[in-house]
Amino acid sequence: MTVLEQERIQTQSTSKTFRVIGRRVPRPDGVDKVTGRAQYGADVKLSGMLYGKVLRSPHAHARIVSIDTREAEALPGVKAVITGKDFKPAEDRVERSGEGVVNYSYLSQNVMAQDKVLYHGHAVAAVAATNPHIAEEALARIKVEYEVLPPVLDVLEAMREDAPILLPNLRTRELGEPVSDRPTNIASHEQYARGDVERGFAEADVIVEREFRTSTVHQGYIEPQNATALWNADGFITVWTSTQAAWDERRELSEILHVPISNIRVIPMEIGGGFGGKLNVYLEPLAALLSLKAGHRPVKMWMQRDEVLKATGPTSASVIRVKVGARRDGVITAAQAWLAYEAGAFPGSPVGAGMGVIFAPYRLENLLIDGYDVVVNKPAAKPYRAPGGTNAAFASETVVDELAEKLGMDPIAFRRINAAKEGDRRADGPVYGRIGYIETLDAIANHPHYRSPLPAPSAPWCRVGRGVASGFWFNWDGKSSASAIVNPDGTVSYLEGSTDIGGTRASLAMQLAETLGIDYTDVRPMVGDTQTVGYNDATGGSRTTYGSGIAAYHLGKAIIRAMKERAARLWDVPAEDVDVDGDTYCYGERCITFKALCAKLEETGGPLSVSVSVDTHGAIPALATHVVDVEVDIETGKVSILRYTAAQDVGRAIHPDYVEGQIHGGVAQGIGWALNEEYVYDADGHLLNASLLDYRMPTALDLPMIETVLVEVPNPNHPFGVKGVGEVPIVPPAAAIANAIYRAIGVRMTTLPMKPSAILKALGTIP
Amino acid sequence: MSTRVPVTATINNEDVTFLCEPRQSLLEVLREELGLTGAKEGCNNGNCGACAVIMNGALVNSCLVLGVEAHGATITTIEGIAPREGLHPLQQKFIEHAALQCGVCTPGFIVAARALLDKNPNPTEHEVRFWLAGNLCRCTGYDKIVRAVLDAAATLRAQAASAAGDEVQ
Repeated sequence: MTVLEQERIQTQSTSKTFRVIGRRVPRPDGVDKVTGRAQYGADVKLSGMLYGKVLRSPHAHARIVSIDTREAEALPGVKAVITGKDFKPAEDRVERSGEGVVNYSYLSQNVMAQDKVLYHGHAVAAVAATNPHIAEEALARIKVEYEVLPPVLDVLEAMREDAPILLPNLRTRELGEPVSDRPTNIASHEQYARGDVERGFAEADVIVEREFRTSTVHQGYIEPQNATALWNADGFITVWTSTQAAWDERRELSEILHVPISNIRVIPMEIGGGFGGKLNVYLEPLAALLSLKAGHRPVKMWMQRDEVLKATGPTSASVIRVKVGARRDGVITAAQAWLAYEAGAFPGSPVGAGMGVIFAPYRLENLLIDGYDVVVNKPAAKPYRAPGGTNAAFASETVVDELAEKLGMDPIAFRRINAAKEGDRRADGPVYGRIGYIETLDAIANHPHYRSPLPAPSAPWCRVGRGVASGFWFNWDGKSSASAIVNPDGTVSYLEGSTDIGGTRASLAMQLAETLGIDYTDVRPMVGDTQTVGYNDATGGSRTTYGSGIAAYHLGKAIIRAMKERAARLWDVPAEDVDVDGDTYCYGERCITFKALCAKLEETGGPLSVSVSVDTHGAIPALATHVVDVEVDIETGKVSILRYTAAQDVGRAIHPDYVEGQIHGGVAQGIGWALNEEYVYDADGHLLNASLLDYRMPTALDLPMIETVLVEVPNPNHPFGVKGVGEVPIVPPAAAIANAIYRAIGVRMTTLPMKPSAILKALGTIP
Repeated sequence: MSTRVPVTATINNEDVTFLCEPRQSLLEVLREELGLTGAKEGCNNGNCGACAVIMNGALVNSCLVLGVEAHGATITTIEGIAPREGLHPLQQKFIEHAALQCGVCTPGFIVAARALLDKNPNPTEHEVRFWLAGNLCRCTGYDKIVRAVLDAAATLRAQAASAAGDEVQ
């Protein structure tokens, strides 16, 4: 095997040495996860537990005329049946949730249909029974009468005036204001504008304009949604679930069930992947209502894979038009984009994020970006890793590549001329802080991969090509809380509230250990729940190692303050005169280590525990540049990834393994999105490929090793320089691959996925 | 209620007898009846490999085996991979290489890799990728998983060579 050394490039100011940060330490939950003992949501078992199942709509768009549940209720073993009638309407109110917003009325209608079903797989009833098979038999006995309506499955068709209407009360909001009283599927139209694009295009020597289409794709986490709920006789509800956002889910449950948040405890179990798809409730309110109706027995539910694909996620299909002009010297003079994203059944596509991503790597004087959020008869779109970003960058980075080609410039050199840097203003308003975009371009330009010749094709009917693309992601701040108990043996029990979706117990414990100057193994992290630790925003938006890391730092500082007081009491000196260096506390010549001081807690005031909460305001966006070599089999249309290298400004890699892991995972998802993944619907709106055989995610055999370059341009607003790393890796791959395919076969690909049939069509081999 | 059938099997070196409905999969029996929740349900139709177990020496997806088919069988689940003391080299290397993120596919990967190394102690990178193509991971891009399996194979070969050397002496 060729083990490729993963590269790290540190800017000068990062050469400061750390005790713990930057090391590749074992994760604290590793043993539980490799032995099968870690407790995921579906592993919950409670006394007297029932099993719940959901009946789902066979139609994409229909009015529910009637539901008869009597035969299901009569089946022995069935303990409760619920339908939309068991849900009191939730308020039509929009609040921030996770990185985005949530409308509780829509959310409630999404978890259980009211008078209409809006997509194939929309929940219409649920059953709790003594075992899952009885629950399934009961579903078959529920009689639902539908009045089938014509569905609309394409964003452009949904925007037409004569399109079937999904939500009769929906009215378009133009730049935030309702402008018409006409029923519509267009939920909103937003715009970013600067300068004068007409003048900019007039100044251009070369203009490239193209239209792109991307398909609906799913987050594809391996663990299906699950929830176990107990609505107790005392009115308190406990929910054990797989979630990225325990506190958001508590609020959503409160709004949907009309129960105060203080009566609800959400316990996040180990989570089997999420990528944004587990930020909102699906089964949780159903399990709770079934528990209430079944006489306060706990109810466990988990989805089958077809339910996951039909009714959760996905992210938006889109149509994007891009026009960019540049002068002969390589300076971009104007950039314009028009984006229409499918929201699925309810408003809320990530089109706004797509608008922010689309030209973000570049310094632009003249820009105009229009975005439309459009409902269609597909599942309600949910965030998926850099939501909306991959679609947008596929379009813009393909056009940028074509401009470079038309100008006869190297694609990296062209990007470098226009690259945004600190002080430049983004299209969506904010001014960039210390970003490291240019550093990622240089890292790729200087990388052995980019400097090496392309390999020869493996067969006469194969062509090879190399492509480059860049990507941007905002990175989110948010709020975090944490608590600690200082133990007499010198260890620190550390309770944090961010769901650990990919090794953040380690990256957060490392930051606490670094702050305290103690060993990583002396910090014992645990993930709490809504009742045991203070508020934490979602594990999402690339915020956990950054934001909960800031909380870990302040927690460490609070422990140090308390330990100084303990040392002061021990020596009977003023606390402000105790100095701290690493793990050593000194007053003049007298010194004591953290560990030794812990042994003296009892005599210096007793037990010691501290808590902190932080609201962070210093996130800096992530930028990345990728290069890929592909081989295209022009007889079959199959595209193979030969070599892939990703350079990313990560601020500071707290745990380099897990930073590389985020890049590997994002790139792999991007490759799947680029080449294979898509929702396939028939004309009536039935999802035809609701299985992991037919929804084709990359396997180990489809991918090479993925080389990474961790470029460390530290974030000055973070105690250790951290920037969010999790999302941006999925942004460049589709464009990089499209650009590589162009170099291989001379055809610009403008649709995703670039599957074999699409390649053969582009080559003119098949109609 | 369908009739429940008594089934006897050897699971992780222990004789186990359980009552099982003919419609229950081995995965459901392991998870819901026997409390062995290390095998995960990712798709329940044989496409993801998260429920992999070794049955009579063969790697199988336990969601595609009926519980009643386990009668008389010898089965190893993720709970039976580690020796009495410590961890199996595959488990150790998965932790060392950070070959897991969310960890839900990890039991299936370790069981599948164990079945590979039982047959082929010195696989190439391609052979590892080919064998593990029946296990889906959405977090890691497989990079660190493949490295962990190759490294564990090297460790196991070194252990075997050292044991053989001891015997010769």
